[in-house]
Amino acid sequence: MPDDREFQKYEYFQNRELSWLQFNTRVLEEAKDKTNLLFERLKFLSITASNLDEFVMVRVASLKDMVHAGYTKRDIAGMTAEEQLERIGEGMHRLVDSQYSAWNRSLLPLLKKEGLVFIPHHELLDEKQAAFVDEYFETSVYPVVTPMAVDSSRPFPLIRNKTLNIAALLKKKKGKEGKSVLDFATVQVPAVLPRIVELPPKDGVRSVILLEEIIERNISKLFLNYDIVCAHPYRIMRNADLTIDEEEAEDLLKEIERKLKRRQWGEVIRLEAEDSMDKRLLKILKKEFAVKDEVVYAINGPLDLTFLMKLYGMDGFDHLKLKKWVPQPVPEFANEDDIFTNIKKGDIFLHHPYQSFDPVVEFVKQAASDPQVLAIKQTLYRVSGNSPIVAALAKAAENGKQVSVLVELKARFDEENNIIWAKKLEQAGCHVIYGLLGLKTHCKICLVVRREEEGICRYVHMATGNYNDSTAKLYTDTGIMTCDEAIGEDASAVFNMLSGYSEPLVWNKLILAPLWLKNKFVSLIEREIKFVKQGYEGRIIAKMNSLCDPVIIQALYKASAAGVKIDLIVRGICCLKVGIEGISENISVRSIVGTFLEHSRIFYFENGGDYEIYMGSADWMPRNLDRRVELVFPVEVQENKEKALHILETELADNVKARLLLPNDTYEKQDKRGKVLVDSQQQFCDEAVKAAKALKKEKKAAEAAGRVFIPRESPE
Amino acid sequence: MAATLFAAIDVGSYELELTIYEISPKKGIVQLDRMRKVIGLGRDTYDRGIISYDRVDEMCKLLLRFKGVMTEYQVDGYKAYGTSAIREAENRDVVLDQIKVRTGIVVDILSNSEQRFLCYKAIAAKENEFNNMIQKGTAIAEVGSGSMQISLFDKDALVTTQNLKLGALRIHQILAGMGGTEKEKKQLIQELIDNDIQTFKKLFLKDREVKNIIATGVCALYLGRGAHADKQKITAEEFQEFYESLRDLNEDQVSQKYDIPSEFVSLIVPGAMVYRKLIEVTGAEMIWLPGVRLGDGIVAEYAEQKKLIRFTHDFSQDILVAARNIAKRYMSNKNHSAILEKNVLAIFDGVKKYHGLGKRERLLLQICAILHDCGKYISIRTPGECAYNIIMSTEIIGISHREREIIANVVKYNTMEFDYTAASYTLTKEMRIIIAKLTAILKVANAMDRSHKQKFKNVRVSVKDQQMFLTTDSDENIMLEESQFRQKADFFEEVYGIRPVLKKKKGIESHAR
Repeated sequence: MPDDREFQKYEYFQNRELSWLQFNTRVLEEAKDKTNLLFERLKFLSITASNLDEFVMVRVASLKDMVHAGYTKRDIAGMTAEEQLERIGEGMHRLVDSQYSAWNRSLLPLLKKEGLVFIPHHELLDEKQAAFVDEYFETSVYPVVTPMAVDSSRPFPLIRNKTLNIAALLKKKKGKEGKSVLDFATVQVPAVLPRIVELPPKDGVRSVILLEEIIERNISKLFLNYDIVCAHPYRIMRNADLTIDEEEAEDLLKEIERKLKRRQWGEVIRLEAEDSMDKRLLKILKKEFAVKDEVVYAINGPLDLTFLMKLYGMDGFDHLKLKKWVPQPVPEFANEDDIFTNIKKGDIFLHHPYQSFDPVVEFVKQAASDPQVLAIKQTLYRVSGNSPIVAALAKAAENGKQVSVLVELKARFDEENNIIWAKKLEQAGCHVIYGLLGLKTHCKICLVVRREEEGICRYVHMATGNYNDSTAKLYTDTGIMTCDEAIGEDASAVFNMLSGYSEPLVWNKLILAPLWLKNKFVSLIEREIKFVKQGYEGRIIAKMNSLCDPVIIQALYKASAAGVKIDLIVRGICCLKVGIEGISENISVRSIVGTFLEHSRIFYFENGGDYEIYMGSADWMPRNLDRRVELVFPVEVQENKEKALHILETELADNVKARLLLPNDTYEKQDKRGKVLVDSQQQFCDEAVKAAKALKKEKKAAEAAGRVFIPRESPE
Repeated sequence: MAATLFAAIDVGSYELELTIYEISPKKGIVQLDRMRKVIGLGRDTYDRGIISYDRVDEMCKLLLRFKGVMTEYQVDGYKAYGTSAIREAENRDVVLDQIKVRTGIVVDILSNSEQRFLCYKAIAAKENEFNNMIQKGTAIAEVGSGSMQISLFDKDALVTTQNLKLGALRIHQILAGMGGTEKEKKQLIQELIDNDIQTFKKLFLKDREVKNIIATGVCALYLGRGAHADKQKITAEEFQEFYESLRDLNEDQVSQKYDIPSEFVSLIVPGAMVYRKLIEVTGAEMIWLPGVRLGDGIVAEYAEQKKLIRFTHDFSQDILVAARNIAKRYMSNKNHSAILEKNVLAIFDGVKKYHGLGKRERLLLQICAILHDCGKYISIRTPGECAYNIIMSTEIIGISHREREIIANVVKYNTMEFDYTAASYTLTKEMRIIIAKLTAILKVANAMDRSHKQKFKNVRVSVKDQQMFLTTDSDENIMLEESQFRQKADFFEEVYGIRPVLKKKKGIESHAR
C-alpha cells in the first residue's frame, strides 16, 4: 500500500474555485434543460446569476487580497492565487456567455411563445407602450432618481456595490460656447421600484420591459441642458470579504457595523456593461473604477439576471411553474400530545422540506410557554426576516425562562439583519452571545431544559440546516429531536463551551469542530480500512455540500486504495478527483441539483456490518472542520438509521437530477436508457405525501371504527 | 418525592467548577451539568501569598454566572468550597468576604483532610469497583494543583493519609521562576519529587504492599487520556509507555497528541512524574482512574447529611482507623485506650440529656480517647502539650481543622488544668463549650483506668438525683482510681452540674467525696 505522502500530489486535487464554477455550470444546465418547466428554468438562470455575484464578492475578492498581499502559497491543486484568478476569469467569461446564450436563444423566444413578450430594448416599444412607459417614468420614476453629472466641479460619485446604473455621455446644448466636450453622467436605477414593468396587454398578450430601459428612454428629461450622446447600463462588484481582526476588535458588534458602512468603498473587482456600450463611455468607467480588461464583462442582454426570480413570481403562467410544494406533516406529531410527550416516545427524525419545519418552530414555541421549562438555549446562524423562532425566544424570556442565544454575526451578508434581531432578543431579556472570537458558530442545536416530576429532562433538536422557516421550505435538511440523557448532557456542555467554559471532561456522543471533528472523521474512515484488512467489506457513503479538506480527501484516497468502497454525494465544490489509478478508483462522486437546494450532511460508515450514521452541520471543508464550531451527532435508533440510509440510497439511485463526476473532471448525467427513472427529490415528496395520507386514513378509520382496535400492518 | 437539585461549587487552585446534580431515590446522584473555567488562584497564592484584586474580580464575575445557572436550574441547595489556594492565601478572609458581598455566595474553606475525605467519599460512592479494589493493598493518590495526597488502605479501611507539597501547578510555578534548560528543569523536578516520595516511603509506606493506585485530581484525568483514553484502568506498563513518550514532546505536541487542552498541558509533565515515582516506590501494578471531582464528594456529603442517600461504606470507621494508626505510631497503650474509648462513649451516651451534643461530637470524643496519650512519646513530663502539638500537625482524614483543634485541646486538658482564659483567645465560644464538655468526660473516664489495669471493664452509667453512677463489676481494689477521681469529678460537676460517683457492683459503695 502506498505511504501517506503519495496521496498528497497536486495533480490529485481539483482547485476549489474551478470546481465551484463547474457547480454553477450544473445549475445553468438545469436552466437549459428542456425537460424543466419554462419558469423553473428562469429560476435556475436567476440562481446562477446570484451565485456568481456572491462568488465574485467573496472568493474572487479574497484571491485578489492574496495577490495584493504578495501571498504566493499554492492551493491543494498547486495553483497560486494569480494563476487561479486567471483560470477563474476565463471560466467566468465562459459562464456568462453561456448564461446569455441560454437567455437570448432559448428562454426569450420560449417566453414569447407562451404569451409573455419581454421587450429587450426601449427602441422596440410601440407607440402606445412608449406612451405608457413615459407616463410611468414621469409619475413614478422621475421623483426617485438622482442624476449625477461629472465635471470639473463635481467629482465622480460613489457607485454602490451591486447596484444597477446607467452611464451616459452628454453634450452641452448651447454648442457655441463649449466646443465638443463630452460630459459623463450616471444615474442609479432605483432599487425601490420594481425592476420589471408590465405593459398594458395587447390582444391578450402580456409584455414586460425592464426599468433601466424606461430610464434610458427618458434620460434626456434628467439632463435638460444637454444632448444625450449615448446611455448604457452598467454594474460593478466590489471587494466585500469581511475579514475582521478579532484580536483587535474591542466590541465585535460595533466592528461589524463599522465594516458594513465601509464595505461600499471596496476595490472594484468586476465591471459589467452592456456589450453595445459606447467605447468612450466604457473607457471612462474603466478609468474611474481602475479596472483592467479581464474584469470587464460585455453583456449581451439585461444586466443582473437575478430579476428573473421576480419574473418567476409574476401572476399567471402557473402551468409553466412547478406546483408549489406543501411540506407534509410529520407523522410522529400527528396526535393530541404535546411536543415533549411525543419526543419522550422516542427519537424523531425530520426530513425537510418534504416534512414540515413546523415541529421545530413548535418546539421552541411550546417551550416558551410551558410552565415546566426552565431554560432554552439555541444557536442561530441565519434566520428568516420575521422569524417565529426569534419571536418565541423573546416570549420565553418574557415568561421568565432562562434563554441563551448564540447569534452568529459573521454569517455572510446577513450581518445587518442579524444585528437587528439580536438586539431585539437582548431587549426581551435573553442572554445573547455574539459569536466566538476567531470562530464562526455554524452548529445547529436547540436545548430545552424541563423540570419534570422525575427530575430534569433535556430535550434537544439538532439539525443540518439553520433555524430558518423560509429556507426550510427550499433546502433539504435533516434533524433529530431527542431526550436521550447522554445527548442532553452533551448539549449542555456544548452551550457551556459556547459561553466560554472549559471543555467537558468527556463527551458522551456529540462531536464538535474545530477540536475533535476532523480527527473523528479520519478515524471513522481509517476504521473502514481496518475492516477491509480483516476481510470485511469497507463502505462509506457521505453526503455534503462541499468536499475540499485535504486531510479528509487523503484519508479517502487511502481508504479507496485499501479497497473501501466510497460513494460521495457532493452538491457543490469537490476537490477530490475520481478514477486516479491506485488512488481513487473505488470512489464515486455525484452531484444533485434539483428544485430544492441539497443541504443535508449525512455520513454512513459500514463498521464491519454494524453500520453507523452521523448527521450534522459540517461539510468536509477546512473552514468547517478547522475554523467553525460545528456539531455532528450519531443517529441512534434503528428506525431512524434506516430513514437516513434510505435518503442516501435513493440519492445514489437518482438518475434524473444527479450528475456523475468523471475522471476528466467534468460532470455528466447518467445514461437513463432502460432504467427506471429515479428523481430522488420527487420520490421523497411522494413518500411524504403517502405517509401523511396513510396517517389520515388511519385516523379516519379509527374514528369510524369507534370501539374496534385496529392492528397496524408491518411497513411494506 | 421529586428529585432534589444541588449545586456544588469548587473554588479550586487552578479552576472553578460548578456542577449541578440531581439526587433522587430512584437514580441516586446524577450529574446534570458541569461548568469549568480556569482561574489560576494558585498562581497568586503560591507566588505572592495573597490573591490579587484582579483575580478576586474575575472570580466574582464567574461566581455570579454560576449563580445564574443555579437559578436556571432552580437548585434546592448549594455548597461552595475553597481549597488550598484560598486556604493558604493570607488575605483569605477579605477575599471570602468580597465574594459574599458581591455574589451572595458563601464559600467555606475546606481543610486539606476534609477535601481529601470528600474526594474519597466520591470514590467510595462508586461502591462496586471501590470495594473490589481495596481488597488488595491500595493507595489513593491525588495529585492536585497545589499539593498531592496519598492515602493508604489496609484491607478495607483507610490507614493513613499524608499531604505532600507536590502539586502540579506548584511544581510548575517553582520551575517557572528558575533558569536553565528544559532538560535541567525536568531533572530538578525529578529530584524534588524523588526526595519527598522517598521520605513518604520510609515513614509511612514501609513494607506495605500496594497493588493498586487510585488516581484522582486534575492530572489523573488527562494522564488517563494519554495512556489509553477510553479505559478507566491502566497498567503500570501502559503508564510507563505514556510517560516515556511525554519526555520527547513539547507542550504543543503533547496537547495535540493526547487531546489535552492547552491550559492544562503545563500540569501534565509534573503530574506524570509524580505518579511515575509513586508507582516505582510502591510497585503498584494497576492504576484506576475513577474520574471523580471534588463536586462529586460535595454532593455525596450533602446527600448523606440530608438523608437522601445511604452509603454502605462506614466512613466514621475510616476516621477511627486512621486515628488508631496515629496512636500506634506514637506507641499508645492499646489496651488502656480501648477501655478508655469504651468508657467515654458509655458516659457520653449516659448523660446525653445533659450535654446535648450529637453524633459528630461523639466521634470526636472517641478520637480523643484514642489519641489521649500520644504525647508521652515525646515527653512524659508534659504529655498534654506534646499531644496537642502532635495532633495539630497530624492530618486525620475526614476531620476538619476546627475539629482537630477541638481534639487537640481536649487531649491537652485531659492532663492539664482546664484553662478558661487561655482557651478564649483562639477558640470560638461554641468550640470552648464542646471542649469543656468532652474534656470533662475524658478526664473522668481516664481516671477510671488510672492503673491501666482495666478494672472498669463493663461500666454501666446511670444518672439519679444529680449524680452519675459509674458501676463496675470488677472485684479489684479501686483505691487508686478513687483517689484520682475526686479532682476530675469536680470538673465534671462544674461542666454538667452532675456529680460522678464510682460504684462497685458487689459490696461497698464508694463515694469519692
